[in-house]
Amino acid sequence: MELPIIGDIIRLSRDPKDSLRLSRSNLEFWVNLLIISWAVAFAIWQGVGFAITVGTVFAIWAILSVSLNLVVGFTGLLSVAHIGFFGIGAYAMAILTSDAAYEQLRTEAIPTLGWPFFAALPVSVGVAGLVAVVVGIAFNRFRDDIYVLVSFGFAVIAFNVFLNWRSLTRGAFGIHEIERPAIGGWVFDGELEFLALVLVSLAVVILIAWFLMTSSFGRVLTAIREDEQATEVFGYQVTHYKLAIWVISAMMAGLAGGLFGSWTTFVDPNSFVLMESILLVSIVILGGLATIWGSLLGAMAFVLLEEGMRFLPFLPSEFVGQGRQVVLGILLVVLMLFRPQGLVGRYKL
Amino acid sequence: MATTDNGTQQPTAEPTVGISNGTDASGAGMLLELVAVSVRYGAVVALNRASLGVQRGELVAVMGPNGAGKSTVLKAIMGLAPVVGGTVYLRQEPLSVATHEIVQEGIAFVPQGRRVFTHLTIEENLEMGCLHLNDKAEQAQRMDAVMELFPILHRKRRDLASQMSGGQQQMLAIGRGLMAGPEVLLLDEPTLGLAPIVVKEVFEKISEINERLKTTIFVVEHNIKSVLDIADRAYVLDKGRVAHDGTPASVRQSNILTDVFLGRIDAG
Repeated sequence: MELPIIGDIIRLSRDPKDSLRLSRSNLEFWVNLLIISWAVAFAIWQGVGFAITVGTVFAIWAILSVSLNLVVGFTGLLSVAHIGFFGIGAYAMAILTSDAAYEQLRTEAIPTLGWPFFAALPVSVGVAGLVAVVVGIAFNRFRDDIYVLVSFGFAVIAFNVFLNWRSLTRGAFGIHEIERPAIGGWVFDGELEFLALVLVSLAVVILIAWFLMTSSFGRVLTAIREDEQATEVFGYQVTHYKLAIWVISAMMAGLAGGLFGSWTTFVDPNSFVLMESILLVSIVILGGLATIWGSLLGAMAFVLLEEGMRFLPFLPSEFVGQGRQVVLGILLVVLMLFRPQGLVGRYKL
Repeated sequence: MATTDNGTQQPTAEPTVGISNGTDASGAGMLLELVAVSVRYGAVVALNRASLGVQRGELVAVMGPNGAGKSTVLKAIMGLAPVVGGTVYLRQEPLSVATHEIVQEGIAFVPQGRRVFTHLTIEENLEMGCLHLNDKAEQAQRMDAVMELFPILHRKRRDLASQMSGGQQQMLAIGRGLMAGPEVLLLDEPTLGLAPIVVKEVFEKISEINERLKTTIFVVEHNIKSVLDIADRAYVLDKGRVAHDGTPASVRQSNILTDVFLGRIDAG
């Protein structure tokens, strides 16, 4: 993984004058410094409690953006399907861990299995992976623009399944009472414990992504991104590689979904609409393609923007949601015009 | 070529046009042979029952005007073109149509336009040629051999391929092909877009690979004069058919090149 900001800070502390002189022309340094300073200032301004919540949201988005970057950034497959796998993970967690509390809600009954969180999480990841295998085999026939379109189709289908398979998902009513993690008698019902859990999960995802991308497997993916047919003529079965990274990425999204379901203790289809998927792709592009650090930076900038806009005094609260999308849209247009590789990316879209 | 009783075609030692007699020095047949191969891209017939071959150790050139089907010959061998008729044989056995199996059989393809991976270093590009090889020592040995052949790759091994000139990228592309340890090397327009001085160097290297490493080479080339200087045999294609097959001398003596380039013959 690339952590330019850490190297920059160490250099700055050793020789501030020289480093500052060198860094004046280094846009990436200033972008890193700006976003991290913004995060620290935000935490101080809003207090630790809110910072923990924002941190949890960041970690979940970061898992999603790192996982999507494996497909979009490193392999060059522009997909907007990821929200589907995020939803599958969340719903799997919900169905596996919810208890019989639905009887009180007087709505449609669904299977309630009452599994513990730590048993349900790997299954949530596995279910997302299993669906990804089936979908990925079909998607492997496509590339470029058509790939985007079919991934769009999958996101729409997934949303409709969440909404309409009421005997399993309870449709628009959603699923309540999703289990919080517990080890023995210790329940992770505090925000800090949950933050620790998602950060550990994020660290695992980053490690896996880093290992994959620095291995020969990752090099083949980079080659596929650049020239699929040239890679094929050297004896690589590119469809296998594409399927493998697709499934791994979907499993990571399933992990994020499982964590999200447990954190919110409620899921409904509105969390998995196509717009969320487009936001996710925007985060990856914003941070930069084919860089893990860029994914983290993009997620951090997005979450700070999202949460920060709540506190703008001139913006009425009913316009906050739309305002966030407008700002992100403008940001992306500006980036595409002046910095198409994103904040710290390796490739242009 | 012979047609069996049930109508299927088999590679044989039957003499064909030019010096090709379907056998190599050891008495076995062609190392790599296309028998009556046809390729279609929709309504366009790119190859029409074309039969070509290369014997072990040979350097064979394929020439012809644009659209003659030269590159399609190599793509048909590599399983990258839609073959609608005929068969490709390697060591007298039908060759797989799956590209990864063809590579494992000992055929490497250096595609037109170099197509090096510009975001990878030279070393990484070379490793891409044999990443499926599990023997790291063998991988390192091949890397050394390629770098010995192309010293410029050794000097710039940590540079990105995007930082190299066109000629250097071509050396890299050929080197990457050699990393697969091929028995047959297929080169598609290796001098396309290169400066004349670099063209000379590329041809010298191709000749060296053939003579020193004993690698059998099938090269598609538009630079007729230079490729005839190094080739053992040459095929001239026209409109998807083999219009001539012979030694470089026979190609030079005949008017075949003038005829096909000026469209004076009707290959149909």
